[in-house]
Amino acid sequence: MAVLVIADHTNAALGEATAKVVAAAQKIGGDIDVLVAGQGAQGAADAAAKLDGVRKVLLAQSDALGHQLAEAVTDTVVGLAGGYDAILAPSTSAGKNFAPRIAAKLDVNQITDVIEIVSADTFVRPIYAGNALETVQSSDAKKVMTIRTTAFKAVGETGSATVEAVTAAGAAGREASFVGEEVVKSDRPELVGAKIVVSGGRAMGSAEEFHKVIEPLADKLGAAVGASRAAVDAGYAPNDYQVGQTGKVVAPDLYIAVGISGAIQHLAGMKDSKVIVAINKDADAPIFQVADYGIVGDYKTVVPELMTALG
Amino acid sequence: MKVLVPVKRVIDYNVKVRVKPDQTGVDLANVKMSMNPFDEIATEEAVRLKEKGVATEVVVVSIGPQQAQETIRTALAMGADRGILIVTDQDAEPLAVAKLLKAVIAEESPNLVVMGKQAIDGDNNAVGQMLAALLDWPQATFASKLEVTADKATVTREIDGGLQTLDVSLPAVITADLRLNEPRYASLPNIMKAKKKEIAMKTAADYGVDVSPKLKVLKVTEPPKRSAGIKVADAAELVGKLKSEGVL
Repeated sequence: MAVLVIADHTNAALGEATAKVVAAAQKIGGDIDVLVAGQGAQGAADAAAKLDGVRKVLLAQSDALGHQLAEAVTDTVVGLAGGYDAILAPSTSAGKNFAPRIAAKLDVNQITDVIEIVSADTFVRPIYAGNALETVQSSDAKKVMTIRTTAFKAVGETGSATVEAVTAAGAAGREASFVGEEVVKSDRPELVGAKIVVSGGRAMGSAEEFHKVIEPLADKLGAAVGASRAAVDAGYAPNDYQVGQTGKVVAPDLYIAVGISGAIQHLAGMKDSKVIVAINKDADAPIFQVADYGIVGDYKTVVPELMTALG
Repeated sequence: MKVLVPVKRVIDYNVKVRVKPDQTGVDLANVKMSMNPFDEIATEEAVRLKEKGVATEVVVVSIGPQQAQETIRTALAMGADRGILIVTDQDAEPLAVAKLLKAVIAEESPNLVVMGKQAIDGDNNAVGQMLAALLDWPQATFASKLEVTADKATVTREIDGGLQTLDVSLPAVITADLRLNEPRYASLPNIMKAKKKEIAMKTAADYGVDVSPKLKVLKVTEPPKRSAGIKVADAAELVGKLKSEGVL
Protein backbone atom coordinates (compact mmCIF):
# COMPACT_ATOMS: atom_id res chain seq x y z
CA MET A 1 0.00 0.00 0.00
CA ALA A 2 1.38 3.40 -0.94
CA VAL A 3 -0.27 6.81 -0.92
CA LEU A 4 0.70 9.87 -2.94
CA VAL A 5 -0.17 13.25 -1.41
CA ILE A 6 -0.18 16.19 -3.81
CA ALA A 7 1.15 19.17 -1.86
CA ASP A 8 -0.55 22.52 -1.44
CA HIS A 9 2.18 25.12 -1.90
CA THR A 10 3.18 28.50 -3.28
CA ASN A 11 6.52 27.23 -4.67
CA ALA A 12 8.53 29.07 -2.02
CA ALA A 13 6.47 27.78 0.88
CA LEU A 14 4.37 24.77 1.78
CA GLY A 15 0.66 25.39 2.41
CA GLU A 16 -0.84 24.36 5.74
CA ALA A 17 -3.25 22.03 3.97
CA THR A 18 -0.45 19.60 3.11
CA ALA A 19 0.19 18.45 6.70
CA LYS A 20 -3.54 17.75 7.05
CA VAL A 21 -3.72 15.69 3.88
CA VAL A 22 -0.72 13.69 5.15
CA ALA A 23 -2.76 13.07 8.33
CA ALA A 24 -5.60 11.71 6.19
CA ALA A 25 -3.10 9.56 4.27
CA GLN A 26 -1.88 8.05 7.56
CA LYS A 27 -5.44 6.90 8.25
CA ILE A 28 -5.39 4.99 4.95
CA GLY A 29 -2.05 3.46 5.91
CA GLY A 30 1.06 2.43 3.97
CA ASP A 31 4.00 4.45 2.68
CA ILE A 32 3.30 8.13 2.12
CA ASP A 33 5.09 10.19 -0.51
CA VAL A 34 4.44 13.89 -1.10
CA LEU A 35 4.58 15.37 -4.60
CA VAL A 36 5.53 19.03 -4.89
CA ALA A 37 4.65 20.02 -8.47
CA GLY A 38 5.85 23.55 -9.15
CA GLN A 39 8.72 25.70 -10.36
CA GLY A 40 11.41 27.05 -8.05
CA ALA A 41 9.72 24.93 -5.40
CA GLN A 42 12.72 23.63 -3.46
CA GLY A 43 11.51 25.62 -0.44
CA ALA A 44 8.15 23.87 -0.43
CA ALA A 45 9.81 20.48 -0.97
CA ASP A 46 12.21 21.01 1.95
CA ALA A 47 9.27 21.93 4.20
CA ALA A 48 7.32 18.85 3.04
CA ALA A 49 10.33 16.67 3.93
CA LYS A 50 9.93 17.71 7.57
CA LEU A 51 6.35 16.43 7.84
CA ASP A 52 5.97 13.39 10.09
CA GLY A 53 5.17 10.11 8.39
CA VAL A 54 6.48 11.06 4.95
CA ARG A 55 8.70 8.47 3.23
CA LYS A 56 10.00 10.76 0.50
CA VAL A 57 9.22 14.00 -1.25
CA LEU A 58 8.98 14.01 -5.04
CA LEU A 59 9.86 17.34 -6.62
CA ALA A 60 8.61 17.93 -10.17
CA GLN A 61 9.51 21.28 -11.72
CA SER A 62 8.61 22.95 -15.02
CA ASP A 63 7.29 26.31 -16.17
CA ALA A 64 3.84 24.82 -16.74
CA LEU A 65 3.82 23.56 -13.16
CA GLY A 66 4.76 26.97 -11.78
CA HIS A 67 1.12 27.99 -11.62
CA GLN A 68 -0.12 24.43 -11.02
CA LEU A 69 -2.13 24.38 -14.23
CA ALA A 70 -4.42 21.35 -14.20
CA GLU A 71 -3.16 19.91 -17.49
CA ALA A 72 0.50 19.82 -16.42
CA VAL A 73 -0.18 18.64 -12.85
CA THR A 74 -2.38 15.85 -14.22
CA ASP A 75 0.22 14.62 -16.70
CA THR A 76 2.90 14.66 -13.99
CA VAL A 77 0.75 12.72 -11.50
CA VAL A 78 -0.49 10.20 -14.07
CA GLY A 79 3.16 9.44 -14.87
CA LEU A 80 3.75 8.59 -11.21
CA ALA A 81 0.43 6.90 -10.49
CA GLY A 82 1.60 3.35 -11.21
CA GLY A 83 3.34 3.16 -7.85
CA TYR A 84 0.38 4.23 -5.73
CA ASP A 85 -2.92 2.81 -4.49
CA ALA A 86 -4.35 6.17 -3.46
CA ILE A 87 -3.78 9.74 -4.60
CA LEU A 88 -4.85 12.51 -2.24
CA ALA A 89 -5.12 16.24 -2.85
CA PRO A 90 -6.44 18.97 -0.56
CA SER A 91 -9.87 20.49 -1.32
CA THR A 92 -8.22 23.80 -2.19
CA SER A 93 -9.12 25.61 -5.39
CA ALA A 94 -5.99 24.10 -7.00
CA GLY A 95 -6.75 20.59 -5.73
CA LYS A 96 -10.38 20.77 -6.82
CA ASN A 97 -9.18 21.89 -10.24
CA PHE A 98 -6.70 19.12 -11.03
CA ALA A 99 -7.83 16.08 -8.97
CA PRO A 100 -10.91 15.15 -11.07
CA ARG A 101 -8.79 15.47 -14.20
CA ILE A 102 -6.32 12.98 -12.71
CA ALA A 103 -9.16 10.62 -11.73
CA ALA A 104 -10.64 10.63 -15.24
CA LYS A 105 -7.22 9.96 -16.81
CA LEU A 106 -6.94 6.93 -14.51
CA ASP A 107 -10.53 5.90 -15.37
CA VAL A 108 -11.72 6.09 -11.76
CA ASN A 109 -14.25 8.23 -9.91
CA GLN A 110 -13.05 10.94 -7.62
CA ILE A 111 -14.22 10.98 -4.02
CA THR A 112 -14.69 14.65 -3.27
CA ASP A 113 -14.26 16.44 0.07
CA VAL A 114 -13.51 13.44 2.26
CA ILE A 115 -14.04 14.26 5.95
CA GLU A 116 -13.42 10.80 7.42
CA ILE A 117 -11.39 7.77 6.39
CA VAL A 118 -13.34 4.75 7.65
CA SER A 119 -10.97 2.24 6.02
CA ALA A 120 -8.68 2.05 2.98
CA ASP A 121 -11.74 1.86 0.69
CA THR A 122 -14.54 3.50 2.68
CA PHE A 123 -14.92 7.21 3.16
CA VAL A 124 -17.38 9.79 4.52
CA ARG A 125 -18.13 12.98 2.58
CA PRO A 126 -20.72 15.75 2.84
CA ILE A 127 -23.41 16.09 0.17
CA TYR A 128 -26.22 18.64 -0.23
CA ALA A 129 -24.04 21.42 1.20
CA GLY A 130 -23.29 19.40 4.30
CA ASN A 131 -26.96 18.72 5.07
CA ALA A 132 -26.26 15.00 4.68
CA LEU A 133 -23.20 12.80 5.04
CA GLU A 134 -22.58 9.97 2.60
CA THR A 135 -20.49 6.90 3.44
CA VAL A 136 -19.15 5.44 0.18
CA GLN A 137 -17.13 2.35 -0.60
CA SER A 138 -14.93 2.46 -3.68
CA SER A 139 -14.02 -0.64 -5.65
CA ASP A 140 -11.71 1.33 -7.95
CA ALA A 141 -8.17 0.00 -8.15
CA LYS A 142 -6.82 3.46 -7.35
CA LYS A 143 -8.57 5.86 -5.04
CA VAL A 144 -8.38 9.50 -6.08
CA MET A 145 -9.80 11.88 -3.53
CA THR A 146 -9.81 15.43 -2.30
CA ILE A 147 -9.54 15.96 1.43
CA ARG A 148 -11.48 18.58 3.33
CA THR A 149 -8.58 19.73 5.44
CA THR A 150 -10.65 21.23 8.26
CA ALA A 151 -11.60 17.66 9.22
CA PHE A 152 -8.02 16.50 9.86
CA LYS A 153 -5.37 17.56 12.37
CA ALA A 154 -2.01 18.45 10.85
CA VAL A 155 0.89 16.03 11.38
CA GLY A 156 3.99 17.30 13.17
CA GLU A 157 7.18 18.64 11.58
CA THR A 158 9.94 16.50 13.03
CA GLY A 159 10.57 14.30 10.01
CA SER A 160 13.55 14.24 7.64
CA ALA A 161 12.45 12.61 4.39
CA THR A 162 14.61 12.76 1.30
CA VAL A 163 13.73 14.98 -1.65
CA GLU A 164 13.94 13.30 -5.05
CA ALA A 165 13.53 14.98 -8.44
CA VAL A 166 10.94 13.37 -10.72
CA THR A 167 9.92 13.99 -14.32
CA ALA A 168 7.73 17.03 -14.73
CA ALA A 169 5.21 17.38 -17.50
CA GLY A 170 5.81 20.36 -19.75
CA ALA A 171 3.30 22.20 -21.88
CA ALA A 172 1.73 19.96 -24.49
CA GLY A 173 0.48 21.49 -27.74
CA ARG A 174 -3.08 22.56 -27.02
CA GLU A 175 -2.99 23.96 -23.55
CA ALA A 176 -4.16 26.48 -21.09
CA SER A 177 -1.65 29.24 -20.51
CA PHE A 178 -1.23 31.52 -17.54
CA VAL A 179 -2.03 35.20 -18.12
CA GLY A 180 -2.02 36.74 -14.66
CA GLU A 181 -3.01 36.54 -11.06
CA GLU A 182 -4.35 38.98 -8.50
CA VAL A 183 -3.70 37.51 -5.12
CA VAL A 184 -4.50 39.64 -2.13
CA LYS A 185 -1.44 40.08 0.07
CA SER A 186 -2.34 40.08 3.70
CA ASP A 187 -0.56 39.83 7.03
CA ARG A 188 -3.59 38.10 8.48
CA PRO A 189 -3.73 34.33 8.79
CA GLU A 190 -5.11 32.28 5.92
CA LEU A 191 -8.89 31.97 6.22
CA VAL A 192 -9.11 28.19 5.93
CA GLY A 193 -6.43 27.36 8.49
CA ALA A 194 -6.98 30.23 10.96
CA LYS A 195 -7.60 29.55 14.67
CA ILE A 196 -9.98 32.51 14.90
CA VAL A 197 -12.21 33.90 12.14
CA VAL A 198 -14.20 37.14 12.32
CA SER A 199 -16.87 37.38 9.60
CA GLY A 200 -19.13 40.23 8.60
CA GLY A 201 -22.50 40.12 6.89
CA ARG A 202 -24.88 42.27 4.94
CA ALA A 203 -25.71 44.32 8.05
CA MET A 204 -22.39 46.15 7.53
CA GLY A 205 -24.08 48.15 4.78
CA SER A 206 -20.90 49.26 2.98
CA ALA A 207 -17.32 48.27 2.21
CA GLU A 208 -16.06 51.16 4.39
CA GLU A 209 -18.06 49.94 7.36
CA PHE A 210 -16.76 46.40 6.77
CA HIS A 211 -13.15 47.68 6.92
CA LYS A 212 -13.87 49.87 9.92
CA VAL A 213 -15.66 47.25 12.03
CA ILE A 214 -14.57 43.74 11.04
CA GLU A 215 -10.88 44.25 10.29
CA PRO A 216 -9.82 45.95 13.56
CA LEU A 217 -11.61 43.26 15.58
CA ALA A 218 -9.90 40.55 13.51
CA ASP A 219 -6.51 42.20 13.95
CA LYS A 220 -6.98 42.53 17.69
CA LEU A 221 -7.65 38.78 17.87
CA GLY A 222 -5.00 37.80 15.31
CA ALA A 223 -7.88 36.42 13.29
CA ALA A 224 -8.63 35.86 9.62
CA VAL A 225 -11.43 37.87 8.03
CA GLY A 226 -14.45 36.20 6.44
CA ALA A 227 -17.75 37.35 4.98
CA SER A 228 -21.18 36.02 4.15
CA ARG A 229 -22.23 35.58 0.56
CA ALA A 230 -24.63 38.50 0.94
CA ALA A 231 -21.77 40.79 2.00
CA VAL A 232 -19.61 39.62 -0.91
CA ASP A 233 -22.42 39.95 -3.46
CA ALA A 234 -23.08 43.48 -2.19
CA GLY A 235 -19.40 44.34 -2.76
CA TYR A 236 -18.53 44.92 0.90
CA ALA A 237 -15.81 42.26 0.86
CA PRO A 238 -13.79 40.49 -1.85
CA ASN A 239 -14.82 37.06 -3.24
CA ASP A 240 -12.11 35.13 -1.50
CA TYR A 241 -13.46 36.17 1.92
CA GLN A 242 -16.66 34.21 1.36
CA VAL A 243 -17.42 31.52 3.91
CA GLY A 244 -20.13 29.04 2.94
CA GLN A 245 -21.26 26.33 0.61
CA THR A 246 -19.96 28.10 -2.47
CA GLY A 247 -17.04 29.77 -0.72
CA LYS A 248 -14.58 28.48 1.84
CA VAL A 249 -15.28 25.90 4.50
CA VAL A 250 -13.67 26.82 7.81
CA ALA A 251 -13.56 25.17 11.23
CA PRO A 252 -11.59 27.46 13.53
CA ASP A 253 -11.49 27.26 17.33
CA LEU A 254 -13.50 30.48 17.44
CA TYR A 255 -15.85 31.87 14.77
CA ILE A 256 -17.36 35.30 15.36
CA ALA A 257 -20.29 36.16 13.05
CA VAL A 258 -21.07 39.87 13.04
CA GLY A 259 -24.33 40.97 11.43
CA ILE A 260 -24.77 37.62 9.67
CA SER A 261 -28.29 36.19 9.67
CA GLY A 262 -27.14 32.59 9.13
CA ALA A 263 -28.50 31.41 5.79
CA ILE A 264 -28.13 27.63 5.28
CA GLN A 265 -25.47 28.22 2.67
CA HIS A 266 -23.35 30.21 5.17
CA LEU A 267 -23.84 27.68 7.98
CA ALA A 268 -22.55 24.96 5.63
CA GLY A 269 -19.20 26.74 5.65
CA MET A 270 -18.68 27.27 9.38
CA LYS A 271 -20.86 24.97 11.49
CA ASP A 272 -17.93 22.71 12.39
CA SER A 273 -16.18 25.54 14.23
CA LYS A 274 -15.40 24.70 17.85
CA VAL A 275 -17.02 27.79 19.38
CA ILE A 276 -19.39 30.05 17.47
CA VAL A 277 -20.26 33.57 18.60
CA ALA A 278 -23.07 35.52 16.93
CA ILE A 279 -23.70 39.24 17.18
CA ASN A 280 -26.98 40.25 15.58
CA LYS A 281 -29.74 42.68 16.42
CA ASP A 282 -32.45 40.25 15.29
CA ALA A 283 -33.02 37.82 18.18
CA ASP A 284 -34.71 35.40 15.77
CA ALA A 285 -31.81 35.24 13.30
CA PRO A 286 -31.05 31.58 12.43
CA ILE A 287 -27.37 32.12 13.30
CA PHE A 288 -28.35 31.97 17.01
CA GLN A 289 -29.53 28.36 16.50
CA VAL A 290 -25.93 27.25 15.95
CA ALA A 291 -24.12 29.82 18.11
CA ASP A 292 -22.65 28.80 21.46
CA TYR A 293 -22.77 32.42 22.62
CA GLY A 294 -25.04 35.07 21.23
CA ILE A 295 -25.35 38.78 21.86
CA VAL A 296 -28.57 40.37 20.66
CA GLY A 297 -27.68 43.91 19.80
CA ASP A 298 -26.47 46.35 17.17
CA TYR A 299 -22.93 45.50 16.10
CA LYS A 300 -22.22 49.25 16.08
CA THR A 301 -22.30 49.26 19.87
CA VAL A 302 -21.40 45.60 20.58
CA VAL A 303 -18.18 45.47 18.55
CA PRO A 304 -16.61 48.57 20.15
CA GLU A 305 -17.56 47.16 23.58
CA LEU A 306 -15.96 43.88 22.61
CA MET A 307 -12.78 45.71 21.53
CA THR A 308 -12.68 47.38 24.96
CA ALA A 309 -13.40 44.14 26.84
CA LEU A 310 -10.55 42.44 24.99
CA GLY A 311 -8.26 45.13 26.37
CA MET B 1 -19.39 28.62 -32.97
CA LYS B 2 -21.43 25.96 -31.25
CA VAL B 3 -21.67 25.93 -27.43
CA LEU B 4 -22.75 22.86 -25.46
CA VAL B 5 -24.26 23.37 -22.00
CA PRO B 6 -24.83 20.30 -19.79
CA VAL B 7 -27.55 20.89 -17.18
CA LYS B 8 -28.75 18.82 -14.24
CA ARG B 9 -32.13 18.53 -12.54
CA VAL B 10 -31.57 18.75 -8.79
CA ILE B 11 -33.48 19.47 -5.61
CA ASP B 12 -34.38 23.19 -5.53
CA TYR B 13 -31.77 25.11 -3.56
CA ASN B 14 -34.45 26.54 -1.24
CA VAL B 15 -35.74 23.14 -0.16
CA LYS B 16 -34.68 21.82 3.23
CA VAL B 17 -32.94 18.51 2.65
CA ARG B 18 -34.21 15.53 4.67
CA VAL B 19 -32.32 12.29 5.08
CA LYS B 20 -34.51 9.16 4.76
CA PRO B 21 -34.97 7.30 8.05
CA ASP B 22 -33.60 4.08 6.50
CA GLN B 23 -30.34 5.93 5.65
CA THR B 24 -30.51 5.02 1.95
CA GLY B 25 -30.44 8.58 0.71
CA VAL B 26 -32.19 11.92 0.71
CA ASP B 27 -35.97 12.11 0.43
CA LEU B 28 -36.81 13.44 -3.05
CA ALA B 29 -40.48 12.42 -3.10
CA ASN B 30 -42.82 15.38 -3.64
CA VAL B 31 -39.93 17.81 -3.40
CA LYS B 32 -39.54 20.80 -5.72
CA MET B 33 -36.85 20.18 -8.33
CA SER B 34 -35.08 22.85 -10.40
CA MET B 35 -32.11 23.39 -12.64
CA ASN B 36 -28.82 23.26 -10.75
CA PRO B 37 -28.05 26.96 -10.01
CA PHE B 38 -24.51 26.79 -11.44
CA ASP B 39 -25.93 25.30 -14.66
CA GLU B 40 -28.33 28.22 -14.90
CA ILE B 41 -25.32 30.52 -14.78
CA ALA B 42 -23.64 28.44 -17.49
CA THR B 43 -26.77 28.59 -19.66
CA GLU B 44 -26.98 32.36 -19.20
CA GLU B 45 -23.34 32.76 -20.24
CA ALA B 46 -23.85 30.65 -23.36
CA VAL B 47 -26.98 32.59 -24.33
CA ARG B 48 -25.10 35.87 -23.85
CA LEU B 49 -22.35 34.57 -26.16
CA LYS B 50 -25.05 33.97 -28.76
CA GLU B 51 -26.55 37.41 -28.24
CA LYS B 52 -23.09 38.95 -28.70
CA GLY B 53 -22.75 37.13 -32.00
CA VAL B 54 -19.87 34.97 -30.77
CA ALA B 55 -21.89 31.75 -30.60
CA THR B 56 -24.26 30.65 -33.35
CA GLU B 57 -25.98 27.75 -31.57
CA VAL B 58 -26.48 26.76 -27.94
CA VAL B 59 -27.25 23.07 -27.37
CA VAL B 60 -28.37 21.91 -23.92
CA VAL B 61 -27.88 18.33 -22.77
CA SER B 62 -29.21 16.70 -19.62
CA ILE B 63 -28.74 13.22 -18.17
CA GLY B 64 -31.46 12.07 -15.82
CA PRO B 65 -35.09 10.98 -15.52
CA GLN B 66 -37.86 11.82 -18.03
CA GLN B 67 -38.73 14.88 -15.93
CA ALA B 68 -35.33 16.41 -16.78
CA GLN B 69 -37.12 17.54 -19.96
CA GLU B 70 -38.50 20.36 -17.78
CA THR B 71 -34.95 21.38 -16.91
CA ILE B 72 -34.04 21.45 -20.59
CA ARG B 73 -37.18 23.50 -21.34
CA THR B 74 -36.07 26.02 -18.73
CA ALA B 75 -32.77 26.43 -20.58
CA LEU B 76 -34.57 26.65 -23.93
CA ALA B 77 -36.80 29.38 -22.50
CA MET B 78 -33.67 31.28 -21.44
CA GLY B 79 -32.56 31.24 -25.08
CA ALA B 80 -30.85 27.92 -25.84
CA ASP B 81 -31.69 26.50 -29.27
CA ARG B 82 -32.32 22.79 -28.78
CA GLY B 83 -31.93 20.02 -26.24
CA ILE B 84 -30.78 16.44 -25.83
CA LEU B 85 -32.01 14.29 -22.95
CA ILE B 86 -30.22 11.07 -22.12
CA VAL B 87 -32.69 9.18 -19.97
CA THR B 88 -31.22 7.17 -17.08
CA ASP B 89 -33.05 5.47 -14.22
CA GLN B 90 -30.39 6.21 -11.65
CA ASP B 91 -28.24 9.18 -10.81
CA ALA B 92 -25.13 8.61 -12.93
CA GLU B 93 -21.74 9.09 -11.27
CA PRO B 94 -19.48 11.93 -12.47
CA LEU B 95 -17.17 9.70 -14.53
CA ALA B 96 -20.14 8.09 -16.32
CA VAL B 97 -21.64 11.55 -16.95
CA ALA B 98 -18.31 12.74 -18.39
CA LYS B 99 -18.18 9.67 -20.67
CA LEU B 100 -21.73 10.30 -21.90
CA LEU B 101 -20.93 13.96 -22.55
CA LYS B 102 -17.81 12.95 -24.46
CA ALA B 103 -19.99 10.75 -26.67
CA VAL B 104 -22.43 13.62 -27.24
CA ILE B 105 -19.51 15.88 -28.14
CA ALA B 106 -18.28 13.34 -30.69
CA GLU B 107 -21.64 13.76 -32.48
CA GLU B 108 -22.17 17.48 -31.95
CA SER B 109 -18.60 18.83 -32.28
CA PRO B 110 -19.07 21.97 -30.19
CA ASN B 111 -16.23 24.51 -29.95
CA LEU B 112 -16.90 25.22 -26.31
CA VAL B 113 -18.52 23.51 -23.33
CA VAL B 114 -19.80 25.78 -20.55
CA MET B 115 -21.17 24.05 -17.47
CA GLY B 116 -21.76 24.55 -13.75
CA LYS B 117 -18.75 23.96 -11.50
CA GLN B 118 -20.73 21.52 -9.41
CA ALA B 119 -24.23 20.21 -8.85
CA ILE B 120 -25.69 21.12 -5.47
CA ASP B 121 -26.87 17.57 -4.75
CA GLY B 122 -23.72 15.44 -4.96
CA ASP B 123 -21.36 18.44 -4.58
CA ASN B 124 -18.73 16.50 -6.52
CA ASN B 125 -17.26 19.35 -8.53
CA ALA B 126 -15.79 16.84 -10.97
CA VAL B 127 -17.63 16.40 -14.27
CA GLY B 128 -16.17 19.43 -16.10
CA GLN B 129 -12.58 18.53 -15.24
CA MET B 130 -13.23 14.86 -16.09
CA LEU B 131 -14.77 15.75 -19.43
CA ALA B 132 -11.78 17.96 -20.30
CA ALA B 133 -9.47 15.06 -19.37
CA LEU B 134 -11.32 12.51 -21.51
CA LEU B 135 -11.31 14.88 -24.49
CA ASP B 136 -7.74 16.06 -23.86
CA TRP B 137 -9.07 19.60 -23.99
CA PRO B 138 -7.81 22.44 -21.81
CA GLN B 139 -10.01 23.41 -18.86
CA ALA B 140 -10.77 26.61 -17.00
CA THR B 141 -12.75 25.95 -13.86
CA PHE B 142 -14.54 28.30 -11.40
CA ALA B 143 -14.92 31.06 -13.99
CA SER B 144 -16.04 34.49 -12.82
CA LYS B 145 -15.42 36.20 -16.18
CA LEU B 146 -15.29 34.84 -19.70
CA GLU B 147 -14.25 36.42 -22.99
CA VAL B 148 -14.40 34.28 -26.10
CA THR B 149 -12.87 34.91 -29.53
CA ALA B 150 -12.77 32.58 -32.54
CA ASP B 151 -9.95 30.40 -31.28
CA LYS B 152 -9.47 31.08 -27.59
CA ALA B 153 -11.18 31.96 -24.34
CA THR B 154 -9.75 34.27 -21.70
CA VAL B 155 -11.09 33.16 -18.36
CA THR B 156 -10.83 34.81 -14.94
CA ARG B 157 -11.01 32.11 -12.28
CA GLU B 158 -11.83 32.31 -8.59
CA ILE B 159 -8.93 30.79 -6.67
CA ASP B 160 -7.99 30.71 -2.98
CA GLY B 161 -6.67 34.16 -2.16
CA GLY B 162 -7.86 35.94 -5.30
CA LEU B 163 -8.30 35.64 -9.04
CA GLN B 164 -6.30 33.96 -11.78
CA THR B 165 -6.58 34.62 -15.51
CA LEU B 166 -5.91 31.90 -18.08
CA ASP B 167 -6.00 31.75 -21.87
CA VAL B 168 -7.35 28.46 -23.14
CA SER B 169 -7.30 27.44 -26.78
CA LEU B 170 -10.62 26.18 -28.15
CA PRO B 171 -12.20 23.71 -27.94
CA ALA B 172 -12.20 23.86 -24.14
CA VAL B 173 -14.32 23.15 -21.09
CA ILE B 174 -15.24 26.10 -18.86
CA THR B 175 -16.99 25.64 -15.50
CA ALA B 176 -19.05 28.49 -14.09
CA ASP B 177 -18.70 29.88 -10.58
CA LEU B 178 -21.31 31.91 -8.74
CA ARG B 179 -20.28 35.37 -9.92
CA LEU B 180 -19.97 34.75 -13.65
CA ASN B 181 -23.36 36.42 -14.23
CA GLU B 182 -26.89 36.73 -12.92
CA PRO B 183 -29.19 34.42 -14.86
CA ARG B 184 -32.28 35.97 -16.43
CA TYR B 185 -35.85 34.96 -15.75
CA ALA B 186 -37.46 33.56 -18.87
CA SER B 187 -40.26 35.73 -20.23
CA LEU B 188 -43.68 34.23 -20.90
CA PRO B 189 -43.36 34.54 -24.72
CA ASN B 190 -39.98 32.79 -24.52
CA ILE B 191 -41.43 30.03 -22.35
CA MET B 192 -44.13 29.52 -24.99
CA LYS B 193 -41.53 29.53 -27.77
CA ALA B 194 -39.41 27.00 -25.87
CA LYS B 195 -42.26 24.49 -26.03
CA LYS B 196 -41.77 24.26 -29.78
CA LYS B 197 -38.02 23.75 -29.62
CA GLU B 198 -36.66 20.28 -30.28
CA ILE B 199 -35.53 17.88 -27.54
CA ALA B 200 -33.88 14.68 -28.82
CA MET B 201 -34.56 11.71 -26.55
CA LYS B 202 -31.69 9.26 -26.05
CA THR B 203 -30.55 6.54 -23.67
CA ALA B 204 -27.12 5.77 -22.26
CA ALA B 205 -27.13 2.58 -24.36
CA ASP B 206 -27.40 4.72 -27.53
CA TYR B 207 -23.93 6.00 -26.69
CA GLY B 208 -22.57 2.66 -25.53
CA VAL B 209 -21.72 4.00 -22.07
CA ASP B 210 -22.11 1.85 -18.93
CA VAL B 211 -23.67 4.01 -16.22
CA SER B 212 -23.86 1.37 -13.49
CA PRO B 213 -22.42 2.79 -10.25
CA LYS B 214 -18.81 2.10 -9.26
CA LEU B 215 -19.13 3.64 -5.82
CA LYS B 216 -21.31 1.85 -3.31
CA VAL B 217 -23.24 4.16 -1.01
CA LEU B 218 -23.25 2.34 2.34
CA LYS B 219 -25.38 4.89 4.12
CA VAL B 220 -26.53 8.49 4.14
CA THR B 221 -26.86 10.10 7.55
CA GLU B 222 -27.74 13.42 9.14
CA PRO B 223 -24.73 15.50 10.14
CA PRO B 224 -24.25 15.93 13.89
CA LYS B 225 -26.65 18.60 15.06
CA ARG B 226 -25.39 21.72 16.71
CA SER B 227 -27.60 22.93 19.48
CA ALA B 228 -28.24 26.56 20.26
CA GLY B 229 -26.10 27.90 23.10
CA ILE B 230 -26.81 30.76 25.43
CA LYS B 231 -27.35 34.47 25.03
CA VAL B 232 -24.92 36.62 26.97
CA ALA B 233 -25.75 40.11 28.17
CA ASP B 234 -22.71 42.02 27.02
CA ALA B 235 -19.22 41.97 25.58
CA ALA B 236 -17.53 41.63 28.97
CA GLU B 237 -19.49 38.49 29.81
CA LEU B 238 -18.71 37.11 26.34
CA VAL B 239 -14.97 37.62 26.78
CA GLY B 240 -15.15 35.88 30.16
CA LYS B 241 -16.92 32.87 28.62
CA LEU B 242 -14.49 32.65 25.72
CA LYS B 243 -11.52 32.78 28.10
CA SER B 244 -12.96 29.96 30.18
CA GLU B 245 -13.50 27.92 26.98
CA GLY B 246 -9.80 28.44 26.23
CA VAL B 247 -10.36 29.92 22.78
CA LEU B 248 -9.00 33.35 23.64
